[in-house]
Amino acid sequence: MKQIFTRKNLPILATTFVLVLLFGTFSVLFDNFLSLRVVTDLFASNAHVGVVAIGMTFVILSGGIDLSVGSVVGFTTIFVATLVGKHEMHPALAILLALLVGSAFGAGMGIFIQVYQLPPFLVTLAGMFFARGMAFVVSKQSLEINHRFYSAVIDAGIPLTDKVILRAPACIFVAVFVVALVLAHFSRFGRNVYAVGGNAASSLLMGVPVGRTRIWIYTLSGFCAALGGVVFTFRTQAGNATNAFGLELDAIAAVVIGGTLLSGGVGYVAGTLMGVLIYGTILTGIRFYGNLDSSWQRMAIGALLLVFIVIQRLLTRAPAREHSH
Amino acid sequence: MSGISKAFRGVQALKGVDFTVRAGEIHALMGENGAGKSTLIKVLTGVHPRDCGEVLLAGQSVSPQAPREAEELGISTVYQEINLIPELSVAENIMLGRQPRRFGFIDWKELHARARRALQRLEIDLNLHLSVSSCSLALQQMVAIARALDVNAKLLILDEPTSSLDEHEVAELFKVMRRLREQGLGLVFVTHFMDQVYAVSDRITVLRNGELVGEFKTAELPKLQLVGKMLGRELSAVEKVGDTMTLSADENTTRDPFLAAKQLGRKGGVEPLDLEIRKGEVVGLAGLLGSGRTETARLLFGADRRTSGSITLDGRAAALSSPAKAIGAGIAFCSEDRKSEGIVPSLSVRENIILAMQAGRGILRLLPRRKQEELAAHYINALRIKTPSPETPIQNLSGGNQQKVLLARWLCLQPKLIILDEPTRGIDVGAKAEIEKLVDSLRREGMAILFISSELEEVVRASQRVLVLRDRKKVGELSGEQINEDRIMEMIASHE
Repeated sequence: MKQIFTRKNLPILATTFVLVLLFGTFSVLFDNFLSLRVVTDLFASNAHVGVVAIGMTFVILSGGIDLSVGSVVGFTTIFVATLVGKHEMHPALAILLALLVGSAFGAGMGIFIQVYQLPPFLVTLAGMFFARGMAFVVSKQSLEINHRFYSAVIDAGIPLTDKVILRAPACIFVAVFVVALVLAHFSRFGRNVYAVGGNAASSLLMGVPVGRTRIWIYTLSGFCAALGGVVFTFRTQAGNATNAFGLELDAIAAVVIGGTLLSGGVGYVAGTLMGVLIYGTILTGIRFYGNLDSSWQRMAIGALLLVFIVIQRLLTRAPAREHSH
Repeated sequence: MSGISKAFRGVQALKGVDFTVRAGEIHALMGENGAGKSTLIKVLTGVHPRDCGEVLLAGQSVSPQAPREAEELGISTVYQEINLIPELSVAENIMLGRQPRRFGFIDWKELHARARRALQRLEIDLNLHLSVSSCSLALQQMVAIARALDVNAKLLILDEPTSSLDEHEVAELFKVMRRLREQGLGLVFVTHFMDQVYAVSDRITVLRNGELVGEFKTAELPKLQLVGKMLGRELSAVEKVGDTMTLSADENTTRDPFLAAKQLGRKGGVEPLDLEIRKGEVVGLAGLLGSGRTETARLLFGADRRTSGSITLDGRAAALSSPAKAIGAGIAFCSEDRKSEGIVPSLSVRENIILAMQAGRGILRLLPRRKQEELAAHYINALRIKTPSPETPIQNLSGGNQQKVLLARWLCLQPKLIILDEPTRGIDVGAKAEIEKLVDSLRREGMAILFISSELEEVVRASQRVLVLRDRKKVGELSGEQINEDRIMEMIASHE
């Protein structure tokens, strides 16, 4: 009964197709590309974008946008580094604090958006400036993190084969993905997110707690951004207020390439995972090719994004005409 | 459930209205625009708090504060504009907000089973996985009803459920309504389609101006009386009004029509009808709210696409597929909603007058200022628009004068046919008389006019010919001496 090839599923099918095509092409072009190591690296090196993009998925599904996440990532890195380096706090506690601050920050924006019925674009734009400012207030200089806990985390991982280990950042990314998948499809909160994004006015009349859902969505996004920042520190072992400039745009691009409609209501967490992987695959492919700089990746992402929004437009416009009365 | 009674007093929108629905009946709630139907429904469902009065549900006093509370009490509503989430599946829409859970996770199997049961109650077979947006409006309505019923509803309110359904779909809906009645549900059916009320309801409550006119058994209330009660005038009380303007009717009928529409209709909008308008003739469209008056006008003007029929102008076939083409062909349309579709409040009287004309010329060929001022002065004088100066923002003018400015806007295009949809709504009596005079003088100048008004008196006074519409069908045509309010009311009420 359940159909896979529906209009609604078309964007995500397109995403799958692009990912397979990209990966296939690179595998044919380069030896060693099709390997478990490349795949685990893909997960590990894009973990911070991935975690942030998954949080962003819920925001976009609800018809909103969160521009503050890049700044929150930057803030988190310097916040954790300062607490550990200058105040000698245990990293675990520092991370916990950072996650709390990120969540609270998101919740605050959600409250503004809901209570004053403000456009998410503007509220989170304000949040973007504010969080970046907070990062510079914490410390203007870059700060290294030297702690046994960090060395331990970086060495940790799940061995998949003798040689290939799924590193901690990749593990976090996968864990966040699984939790988000369950949240989106098997919790009332998740379904409410889809409902709010599909039609907020109807949702209200159907008894969906629209306000509460919205605030939770931005809280979740704030949490994911902070977690993305923590993942970032695992990779760089340092904090810097300028980290992750413009990351919010990468995350939005990954979500949209993943087939989520910017107008809300339609999309999948799994799509976002693929969006992030497409994003990473392009970069890895370019690296394999030689020492081309990442400007090619930017252009490829730009072109893909354009293609996807055109597809979405074509898909969303057609049914709207059928139902105009 | 013994039934619901409610009463409130001293509200501006509703003045001490009693309303009783018994279990196992379909109760029609009727009234013209502003009668208080929707307010009553909204109070009942907790959207608006009531000022005073009491709601009894199965003998228990209840006062829901929100639609959700009302639903929990067993009062469910399906609104005219169907409130569903278009991209979610049928099953999810039925179960949203009350998904069954196991260990905290949504139990999709159970969810689908329950949704299926809800649809089975309506005896509807529908793929639960389909997204609602891919279903027809009629099916969407069924989904909305299934959703409403899932909450163990005792009372189901259907607010204008048939307004976007075609005949066959309406029949399907009625089947479902009767089925639910047999199951002991109380149904409130808000509508302005008279035939439908007689087809399906057991009782009728009529409201007018926020007051209760009465509750009647459908079988014991002839249609004509119902119309009288809705319009607030008994047949005997209808006065014969001026027939001075209908004298020229006979000479008109001999002339060729300027516009002739044959079998003009739109699926789900207006059923095919014939319409002719001659030069120098005012044709009135009479009917109750929702009878298809504005819809007909919009079809003529190309604002809605017709699905059947043809239109000829001056004997030649005309496509009139868009308002721009209609304007090009010499048709003007003064819409009923002055505020949102007509005036540009902050622009001056002069600018409002030349708006349509300038639009026709394009932005590059600006009308010379002197010419603009001449035109403005001419129409301010000719239509006796009361304004301190042509440069006064139109929002500072009274409703009647705003209406005249709108008229002037179309007149400077020198249309051959002008459609006036409710030109006198919301303006005072004196201004109404002036507008009517104006219509008559335009007619004398040889313009063809389609005149729409919900006030029968006005239609009778202004028109040489009147088309009577009911339930989106043309039910008759009167001309010359035949035109009077009694006849029109009879036609609105009669069965064919």
